[in-house]
Amino acid sequence: MDKTRTQLNKDLKGSKIDVINQHTGEKWYYSDIVKEHFFKPRNILLEEPRECEYDATGMVGSPACGDMMNMWMKIDPKTERIVDLKWKTFGCGSAIAATSMYSVMLTENGGLTIEEALRVRPQHIMERLGGLPNRKIHCSVLADKAFHKTANDYFRKTSQHSRIVVEGARVIDDRLNITDKDIEEAVLEGAQSLEDVQKKLKVGVGMSPEIITEIEQLVRFYVEKYYG
Amino acid sequence: MDHAAATPLDLRVKAAMEPYLTNEFGNPGGLYREGRRAKDAVDNARKITAEVLCAMPDEIVFTSGGTEGDMLALFGITRAYGDKGKHIVTTTIEHHAVLHACDALEKEGFEITRVPVEPNGIVDPQKIKAALRPDTILVSVMYANNEIGTIQPIAEIAKIIKNFKQAHHSSLSTSHSLPFFHTDACQASGYLDLDVTRLGVDLMVINGSKIYGPKGAGALYIRKGVKVKPLMYGGSQEGRRRSGTENVPGIVGFAEALRLASEAKERESERIGELRDLLLAGIQTKIPRTVLNGDPEKRLPNNVNISILDIEGESVILYLDEKGIACSTGSACTSESLDPSHVILALGRPYEYAHASIRFTLGRRTSKSDIDYLVEVLPDIVTTLRKISPIYVDENATSMSHPEAFAGENLRVKAKSKNYK
Repeated sequence: MDKTRTQLNKDLKGSKIDVINQHTGEKWYYSDIVKEHFFKPRNILLEEPRECEYDATGMVGSPACGDMMNMWMKIDPKTERIVDLKWKTFGCGSAIAATSMYSVMLTENGGLTIEEALRVRPQHIMERLGGLPNRKIHCSVLADKAFHKTANDYFRKTSQHSRIVVEGARVIDDRLNITDKDIEEAVLEGAQSLEDVQKKLKVGVGMSPEIITEIEQLVRFYVEKYYG
Repeated sequence: MDHAAATPLDLRVKAAMEPYLTNEFGNPGGLYREGRRAKDAVDNARKITAEVLCAMPDEIVFTSGGTEGDMLALFGITRAYGDKGKHIVTTTIEHHAVLHACDALEKEGFEITRVPVEPNGIVDPQKIKAALRPDTILVSVMYANNEIGTIQPIAEIAKIIKNFKQAHHSSLSTSHSLPFFHTDACQASGYLDLDVTRLGVDLMVINGSKIYGPKGAGALYIRKGVKVKPLMYGGSQEGRRRSGTENVPGIVGFAEALRLASEAKERESERIGELRDLLLAGIQTKIPRTVLNGDPEKRLPNNVNISILDIEGESVILYLDEKGIACSTGSACTSESLDPSHVILALGRPYEYAHASIRFTLGRRTSKSDIDYLVEVLPDIVTTLRKISPIYVDENATSMSHPEAFAGENLRVKAKSKNYK
């Protein structure tokens, strides 16, 4: 382990790991672990899967930036442990690194059970990665979302309908048709307060105090969920 | 390979600037000899700039760069002529400096017509013609696009505007000179003809940082007789159009860079055009399923913007960076707003094309061995990333490939704060 680490550091020596945004010039620092998973992603599905090779699959897209993710899962039906978790993505560096790490976390040491895996949150991936730039957090959420969809697919295929969790959108402001999903997205795009959310969603005039309070609560909830 | 973003300072330009950073520090407003020498330097720079543009020296206003030039043109004209009309015509592929300024003007009560471009990234002059109205006061069309390098038919549009004026305004009316025609020529200035009379423009913006000059220095050409309300008030510099002590070293450097660029233009365009063709041919032969964004002929000689289908731009940039190659992408993943490139979307392509777009812009220091190296390393990177990718985008696609991935998300992907299907 130490040897690979030293080798890795040696490889990294002299190379730049920051990406410069073409419009703002802002630097993004990816950690060494992010970089390692980005350049050598684990558990990528390389061949088209044979029929019945995997027990469940799920494909999701990120409405924030347009990344897409496809996931395949193999389950030990007796223990419900994840035997294998493969994935593919049309996504950026953070999405690749985060999903690679996520797939490792779910399958290492004999694999988590589905229930345990469903409790892995984006911050846990972030911790293992040594952090991601705030604006790139939505990329790691994609892995988590893909897994939830895959788990639902598994529950459906094994007729465990009561275990399916559907994250439906709930309308918060019916006048402007703003849902909790919109607020979640705004937070993932960097909004940290009610004002930020209003700016992102271009709303705020003539809102009732009840709606404002509700939005404030949701902002706190999502900020806690993704950044807490 | 990202010269459209920035160019290194030419050492001759640096040498020209140096005295004005240290010993020659006089304020051009001063009457004593240090001031006079500084004023002479600025006057000389103005003369050089005017010569390159085939304009008169007093038609040149020095600015802090391209964005300020665009602001002075758009807000300066609308504030000076806003009582004559409230309508502006522009295109969907302008630089954000123009597009966002137009958004702001819209809030101030102006009406904006954003003319869409053709699938090749070039605006049809007839569509500009159709957008003109008696109350149009300004037409703003960029000379060459910063992302896909397409060259807009500026002279042709100028002619259409001229004919429109003759047909719609009697020469006695005060609005006979409206609408004015503005062009942002920042990307064009190193490669294309800048003769303002041949182009037929009333306002033209150029800047130093794209032509191996200093950042923070540029110029706005304002045709004689065209009034602009200043954005900055103060000491009445630049013919009362732009107050503030002149950035003497910047102005001197800008003019020298412009002069050198103008001298080298033909030779450099030819050299770089050949390299660009080599690069494009190399990519297209070695990598299947790539789509060139923008017209293959009517584009800047240094620009290749290509969508490498099914893979995401930021990943490609990171892999290329590892190989020591710098370039840029229209992917939402690298932009502050998480919006995909408005230019690629304006071509009528789905967001996946923007997500997969890579821009290489060559420069003076680019050599054939750089091109060979890029063409050598890129195919492997593409192969690696395509193995990771779950999607297969149609080469003629106009809508997104896997809407089911967004099920429950109302099938939407954001673009310019609008929902895009």
